[in-house]
Amino acid sequence: MKSFEFANPQSESEALELMNENPEQTVVLAGGTDLISLMQADIIRPDRVVDIKNIDSMHDVQEADGGLMVGALNTLEDVLDNSRFADYASVVQAADAVHAIQIQSSGTIAGDLCHLPNCWYYRNGYGLLALDNGTSLPEAGDGRYHAIFGNSGPAKFVSASRFAPALIAWGAKVRIIGPGPDEAEMLPLEYFYTTPRTQRQGTTVLKPGQIVSHIWLPKPGGAVSGNYDVLQLEGLDWPLASAAATLTISGGRVSEARIVMGHVAPTPWVSHDAATALLGKTITEQTAQAAGDAAVSRATPLKDNGYKVQIARAAVKRAILRAAGLCEGGL
Amino acid sequence: MADEPNLEYFWPPREENVLIGKDIQRIDGIAKATGRAKYSSDINTPGTLFAKLLTSNQAAAKIKMLNIEPAKKVPGVRAVYVFPSAYDIATGESKEIRWDGAPIVAVAADRPEIAADGVRAIEIEYEPLPFFVDEEDLAGAEKAQEETGIERVKSLGDNTEGDVESALSEAAVVHKGYYGIHTISHCCLEPHGSHCEWDGNDKLEVHLSTQNVSGTPGQFAGPLGLEQTAVHVQGHYEGGGFGSKFAADEWDLACAEMAKTTGKPVRLMLDRATELKIAGTRPSGFIDVTIAADAEGNIIAWDSHHWGTSGMAGGTVTLGKIPYVFDFANRNRKATGLVCNTGPNRAWRAPPHPQLCALTMTAMDDLAAKLEMDSYDLFMKNLPNVSKGIDDRIDVYAEQMKIAAEMIDWKAKWHPHGKGGGEGAVKRGLGMALHTWGGGAGPCTCLLKVHPDGSVETFLGSQDLGTGTRTVIAIVMAETFGLTLDDVKVNLGSSRYPKSGASGGSITVGGVSSTHRMAAQKALRQIFNLVAAKYDVKADTLAAKGGQILSDGKPVCSWKQAAGLVGPMPLEVQGETTREGLTSATVGGVQMVEVSVNTETGVIRINDFVCVQDCGLIIDELTARSQVLGGMIMGISYALTEERIMDSHTGRYLNADLENYKLPRIGDIGNLRVKMYQPASEYNRGVVGLGEPPVISPGAAISNAVANATGVRVPVLPLTPQRVLDALQKGGAA
Repeated sequence: MKSFEFANPQSESEALELMNENPEQTVVLAGGTDLISLMQADIIRPDRVVDIKNIDSMHDVQEADGGLMVGALNTLEDVLDNSRFADYASVVQAADAVHAIQIQSSGTIAGDLCHLPNCWYYRNGYGLLALDNGTSLPEAGDGRYHAIFGNSGPAKFVSASRFAPALIAWGAKVRIIGPGPDEAEMLPLEYFYTTPRTQRQGTTVLKPGQIVSHIWLPKPGGAVSGNYDVLQLEGLDWPLASAAATLTISGGRVSEARIVMGHVAPTPWVSHDAATALLGKTITEQTAQAAGDAAVSRATPLKDNGYKVQIARAAVKRAILRAAGLCEGGL
Repeated sequence: MADEPNLEYFWPPREENVLIGKDIQRIDGIAKATGRAKYSSDINTPGTLFAKLLTSNQAAAKIKMLNIEPAKKVPGVRAVYVFPSAYDIATGESKEIRWDGAPIVAVAADRPEIAADGVRAIEIEYEPLPFFVDEEDLAGAEKAQEETGIERVKSLGDNTEGDVESALSEAAVVHKGYYGIHTISHCCLEPHGSHCEWDGNDKLEVHLSTQNVSGTPGQFAGPLGLEQTAVHVQGHYEGGGFGSKFAADEWDLACAEMAKTTGKPVRLMLDRATELKIAGTRPSGFIDVTIAADAEGNIIAWDSHHWGTSGMAGGTVTLGKIPYVFDFANRNRKATGLVCNTGPNRAWRAPPHPQLCALTMTAMDDLAAKLEMDSYDLFMKNLPNVSKGIDDRIDVYAEQMKIAAEMIDWKAKWHPHGKGGGEGAVKRGLGMALHTWGGGAGPCTCLLKVHPDGSVETFLGSQDLGTGTRTVIAIVMAETFGLTLDDVKVNLGSSRYPKSGASGGSITVGGVSSTHRMAAQKALRQIFNLVAAKYDVKADTLAAKGGQILSDGKPVCSWKQAAGLVGPMPLEVQGETTREGLTSATVGGVQMVEVSVNTETGVIRINDFVCVQDCGLIIDELTARSQVLGGMIMGISYALTEERIMDSHTGRYLNADLENYKLPRIGDIGNLRVKMYQPASEYNRGVVGLGEPPVISPGAAISNAVANATGVRVPVLPLTPQRVLDALQKGGAA
């Protein structure tokens, strides 16, 4: 790990000031569960690390703007322990599926949203696009954990966020502050993610000097939700694919549906096909299966990861059944 | 045997034991749990420098340019060492780098992060060379050999018994199958490495994470130009050792060299990635097999060709041991080794039995399915075909199978493959396998002292890998002298103590227990003679129990009084491995497992997993069961999740971390149950080693259970969701 300056701001404005002296060479430290290992591997080599953990306003959970404003620094454990999240079942289930108390107790919700890809080529120093003299390594080498959607460009990695599918399915927004001291905007989380086309581009719209300060969730309004992670291991493990469903059910039939898959594309992957398949339907094993089929109907697997199509299908089916209370999770 | 009257050394009658065979916690458990126990990776004497390695990121290359000067200039860097296996710093001549992770330069510095800075400052350029890493791809290896002229395929022989062709033509059922098991890496919690400190220029003190305390001083002395007397190796606690820690490795020599040049102690432990890449792997095996039976299920023919890799040595699973446990009257076998640019193999717990078992008993299970036989019945029916050399265990296997079947309720739960029904996507199935191992006593010597105050201690150059060696020794001494565990002290882990063999091959417990029984019986007889003279009783009426010396059951004196009779200096006796009467060899064992398979996601869970295991006389049943549980858990790991993943494009080890190199956690191991098989016939055999056998069967047993659940064979271990779903799709079940 390269030597770095450590900054410890107490407020959002102080953090932005510290971020923006040399924004390209400055990183934000929240829980550190991702950043520290990237720094140890010399993948990220900042001159300055801005630890935002002591900013009180970013730990809050408050009702705001007809919904819930969640400070970026709420940990996974906070999400599990705070009854205000109880109506957002899929969000709680996403936190619960991180089967490691160490990550749950230090990892933060916004840190998860900004988690960099676990692509083994990226983590071994081949860059986000995993190129070796112009050859795409996930295509030429081993892409068993890589993207089955959104992979026609050079990026083949999958988005690592555990919460993004559930939050996007709820229509969550992120509050982004900076780079200017008074700059702040609310952005639908769905539009937060980007697929890089060059090695210099990142995985989100965040510009140097910007921070996610809060996540806003709309009122549940009677909608139900479910999240399902397909995990090979019961312990700490990354999902092979995941899905989240948020459904409004009126008169026994689905009147509104949002289905989002995780770990299948360089960004969380919203499936309008799956949502459309559910509209007007009663949730049963068959309709959930049909939505799963619809969700993967346009998948474009690489040579090694055709199996992920089936896993994504199963994740969608189970997330829908879970939202409807017809599946408990588990094997 | 122990019940023969004229043996000099023998175990007590079973019913008289106070400690032997009971559940006894490790005597060093508290020290380990509280951190008081110091592992080699904990040694931090004043001034210790910390070392980091620059390793190859190429699978095959020559070094075009290496400049270590920038590393030397980093403030706090104290030594830079170039590995002679990689590069001759004097002449600038590069050796061939043959795998990802090969060590090139070591840097020692005041702090670990400074050493890392030093490594980062090194300038290096490679000239890449052709490589091959796809261990499953025999045709690819042949093609690569043809294209490059570099040897990639080695014939490892073939041989024949009987007449396979005629047997196949007469068989009622013939099954052709393909099976495989990938390479895995050693994953000791404490990585390989050492702490080296010199006393002047001619004495070296090494704390080494090793399975071989007595055997490693010479391995330092030779290359360092020292007399062997000048090297003291210590290894008091080991964070695991499963066959990969027998040597003083080149990085340990680097550590010693840097300690010498700096005049300071140096600690060099491999980082996790390097540990996985170069500190030892278990060879892979892939097999095309034809197996045939008559209408009753008697297996009459076996015809196989297997291949795989042990790295650049081009070995695979031993030819002469396939088929495993069983052998059949008509049998062809052939093996081919692939020369792959991958880190070298080292013995991995029960080498190479887990692979042999996985390649054999899966085929037998599929043959049973084809015969429409219960797998249990096929295995039972073929026990007369158990290989020569272990055929005296046939009755034991039969008994163990019956016990295991009862434990898991085999007959009620078993169903033909894929016919279990059940609700929804989750299918349950049962599988089993058998295993064998030698486990005879290894060489050991000890010096046992009975002090005049009654305290007892022993010295031996053995090591406790975490399995309970100290505890076993203490039990044997305490039982023999009629004392408690607190009354006896075990000193091991120093090469200055009487030599003891390396701990590998399940030979330690037989070695140390017989050595200490011998020494303790010797000492006790001398003390009995002193007591007899002093108290006017007959020596042959005496017994040591409960801290007292008894004559025909009546107290004569206390142990302390008896010990005082040895005079002002301690009574010293030597012990050595005693096979006759105290130990034996060869064990069997049966494992049965019930799994659930989610046919939608390919995820497998272990529900219930039983092992019935013999190992002769058991010194400590608790640590014996723990050994078996540990073996089963390691087996679940290589059966379901654990594999080395090599990248065919870059030649690199892709998952050399504990995130993508997947090891099971508590939630993945299901309900494990162990039954130690110990009728009187086992007690009378004496002690037999247990470390290896329980890790052998899980691969085959779990694979068979998955086939039973789904009706589809997932041919290659580990059974990842990818392989399960691919097999289900191919088999038409998904």
